[in-house]
Amino acid sequence: MTMEITSIDFKLLSPQMIKKMTTVRIDKAELYDPDGYPIDGGLSDLRLGVIDPGLRCRVCGATAGNCLGHFGYIELTKPIIHPLYAKRIYQLLKVTCRKCGALLYDKSDKKISLKNVYKNPLKVCPQCKEKQKKITYQKPTLFREDSKELTAEEIRARLEKITDEDLKLLKIRGGRPEWMILTLLPVPPVTMRPSITLESGERSEDDLTHKLVDIIRINERLKKNLELGAPDFIIADIWELLQYHVSTLMSNEISTLPPARHRSGRPLKTLAQRLTKKEGRFRGNLTGKRVNFSARTVISPDAKISIDEVGVPKYVAKELTVPERVTKKNIKYLKELILRGPDNYPAANYLIRSDGIKKKITEENKEAIAEEVTIGYIVERHLQDGDIVLFNRQPSLHKVSIMAHKAKILPYKTFRLHPCTTIPYNADFDGDEMNLHVPQTEEAQVEAKMLLAVKDNIRSPRYGLPLISCKHDQITGTYLLTREGTVLDKKEAAHIFMLIGKENENLKDSYTGKEIFSALLPSDLNIEFKSAGCVGCPHCEKHNCPYDAYVVIKNGKLKHGVIDDNALGEGKGKLINIIERKYGSDKIKEFLNNVSRVSIYYVTHHGFTISISDQMVNKNITTIKEKKISETRKNVDHLIKSYKSGRLKPLPGFDEKGSLELLIQSEAGKLMNSMSKLIKTKIKENSAVIMAKTGARGSYVNLTQTSVLVGQKAIAGKRIFRGFRNRTTSHFKKGVLDLKSHGFVFNCYKDGLDPFEFFFDAMNSRENLMDKSLQTRHSGYLERRLVNALQDLKVEYDGTVRDSSGRIIQFVAGEDGMDVGKSDNGEINFNLII
Amino acid sequence: MAKKEINIFENYLVPKHEIMTEEEKQQLLKKFNISLKQLPRIKERDPAVKAIGAKKGDIIKIERKSETAGVAYYYRVVV
Repeated sequence: MTMEITSIDFKLLSPQMIKKMTTVRIDKAELYDPDGYPIDGGLSDLRLGVIDPGLRCRVCGATAGNCLGHFGYIELTKPIIHPLYAKRIYQLLKVTCRKCGALLYDKSDKKISLKNVYKNPLKVCPQCKEKQKKITYQKPTLFREDSKELTAEEIRARLEKITDEDLKLLKIRGGRPEWMILTLLPVPPVTMRPSITLESGERSEDDLTHKLVDIIRINERLKKNLELGAPDFIIADIWELLQYHVSTLMSNEISTLPPARHRSGRPLKTLAQRLTKKEGRFRGNLTGKRVNFSARTVISPDAKISIDEVGVPKYVAKELTVPERVTKKNIKYLKELILRGPDNYPAANYLIRSDGIKKKITEENKEAIAEEVTIGYIVERHLQDGDIVLFNRQPSLHKVSIMAHKAKILPYKTFRLHPCTTIPYNADFDGDEMNLHVPQTEEAQVEAKMLLAVKDNIRSPRYGLPLISCKHDQITGTYLLTREGTVLDKKEAAHIFMLIGKENENLKDSYTGKEIFSALLPSDLNIEFKSAGCVGCPHCEKHNCPYDAYVVIKNGKLKHGVIDDNALGEGKGKLINIIERKYGSDKIKEFLNNVSRVSIYYVTHHGFTISISDQMVNKNITTIKEKKISETRKNVDHLIKSYKSGRLKPLPGFDEKGSLELLIQSEAGKLMNSMSKLIKTKIKENSAVIMAKTGARGSYVNLTQTSVLVGQKAIAGKRIFRGFRNRTTSHFKKGVLDLKSHGFVFNCYKDGLDPFEFFFDAMNSRENLMDKSLQTRHSGYLERRLVNALQDLKVEYDGTVRDSSGRIIQFVAGEDGMDVGKSDNGEINFNLII
Repeated sequence: MAKKEINIFENYLVPKHEIMTEEEKQQLLKKFNISLKQLPRIKERDPAVKAIGAKKGDIIKIERKSETAGVAYYYRVVV
């Protein structure tokens, strides 16, 4: 069982405690004597710990690395206010008597709560009847009573007078309040502030050491001046300087204090700066760490490698290594690698002897090292083809943001990834960079291979449909190949069969595209489904579909229909879905590889492009458009007229004006829809239409906007009403409600927009842009908080959801014990299982 | 004015709460191989707990309507 933490206490350090935990009193500002030997009582006193390797600690006897160091202390000549507790001190001063230290509140008055004590302390002490003076606080460490400054000594004396019972009432825990005024200052051990010896032999001290030197120097000066009986104002000046140095030791980012600077002008990094912010100890070193055996570079596509591979530049492969233990079986092979020299890929970089000594292999010593290799040694060899690596793109929002690939060593300088795997990573190739990690133990490699492999993560864990799937040109390619009328001659067919490893000597003279595609399918596959090109006729003619949009696969032969987004696309992928279910992950990997190769081959050799002529529509459509527009205008005018005359019947839940808006918007929508339908049915098939129809890229809405009309522009879901009083711009009459003046665009992008339309379009675009950036930021942060809260919850083998200490969160995961990632969009298709 | 008695279980949002017998309790703990500490908690001053008169250390069986499973059972220990 895990150990349980009962409680954690944070307390103030008392002077006695400081004395107890420290080993040496530090009072010399010098670090080393003229011979370079550490001075006793200086900041590098040997009793503060060891940092030089080989030496033993004088206090605990441990070697460097094992001895954590020991604290020392500085005896402050006069007390100093701890700057980070100043606020607390102020609160206490306000609520306690200046003379006897009693709480300034009436204990008999039960109406006064603790909160009110802080807000309204009594003006006269209930115990000694002393009249209280007004205390003010000035950042960072200055307290005044009326106008007289309070010294740290006086404040300490007052805090000492507060009784423990009163502190309990004030809910102040963790020790005595006077400990917030420092009399002893702990000096951190040298292990916490190591000095660096530069190449020139010069020593460079840590920022903390510099700060501590300042403190000692001023402290000693204050002491000397006190002994000499110097005038008060001089003492006060030095005291204030000491306060400044102690304050900046705690934190160098106190708003009202100028930061202490290094000689070069760089602000010193003191205690608080080591812990806080993104680069601090918590966020920078504990929650997140830098790792070895990793690489990062730009990604680019390669449809010819397998989906479970990642192309690694040779240049990177020479740096990343995999440790391999020398055995009887591989000793010869590993010796050969070593003899190649570290620069001659594939080779090896390091040899680790069984006693743990690590040796770098160089061109000069490679023979000697190869001679030395013995069974049991470990050779760190270059990354090679087939090695398991983890591949990741940030932001890592879901589990498929990190997957295990097989390395494939390639020339040039980018990581290569299969276009199908861009979907889970949400990657594109406009300059995206990705990270690669090499697991270093067999356990890690096997774990990655079994849990994170690309082929085992084809399905989205969110809804259980294919995530790793085809898009863009891959879809276009399969459509062009499988549509009616595609015929390939013997030579082309032979080439494609070669691509998928199905070379055949007895080829027919010609093949239809559907026959070629059938070669990719398992021979006993049977499935029927509608393709993305389905127009949704009221009565489906099934395999007699006039649009060839009904797919029939019988015994692994594609009989009817075209293969498009519905068969291969993300979140649909009927074909990918069934192949993965029926034949397993290796088959689906093969299938996706082959489909990609064939479709990309076909689309590149067939040729595919769009141009402005794809956006041209014939006169017929233009006349229909004009007719429909004038019809809509008439309808809208009629609506406005009936509204103005008060004859418009309001819709349920709306007033007259709201109803009018709704009706006008629906008229505009109707116009758009009829135009979309027109494009869908009447336009001749061209490249742009093919992409929209097959779901490869773009939609009919895009096509309508580019070639017929853009339609209604909106802000916050309403027509545009911004601008002048009762009108959008001064070019329209006041109070006019027609389409034109409120953001309806009658032109299309190809013809161009008139100035008003252009302006409305810009307004709309700006809103979209703003929404996009704001929304992603918010949902990103929301996701992060959710992940942070749920990160160590886990479904145990008994089906319960538990946290890291074994506490039950859910008794049955998801209340029904189902893994949606293994379902078909939340449902279970029993026919596929049985 | 006398305080109006309200039966919170009449509200459709409040699921059925039930105190488990000692025997059922042991069975449950054995089934999931857990100690009382590992169960989800419910405060003794929770209105539903007060209504059924459960004491500290009792386990309460809650029968909830579930979108995914129809009926789901949840167990909480009174603290």
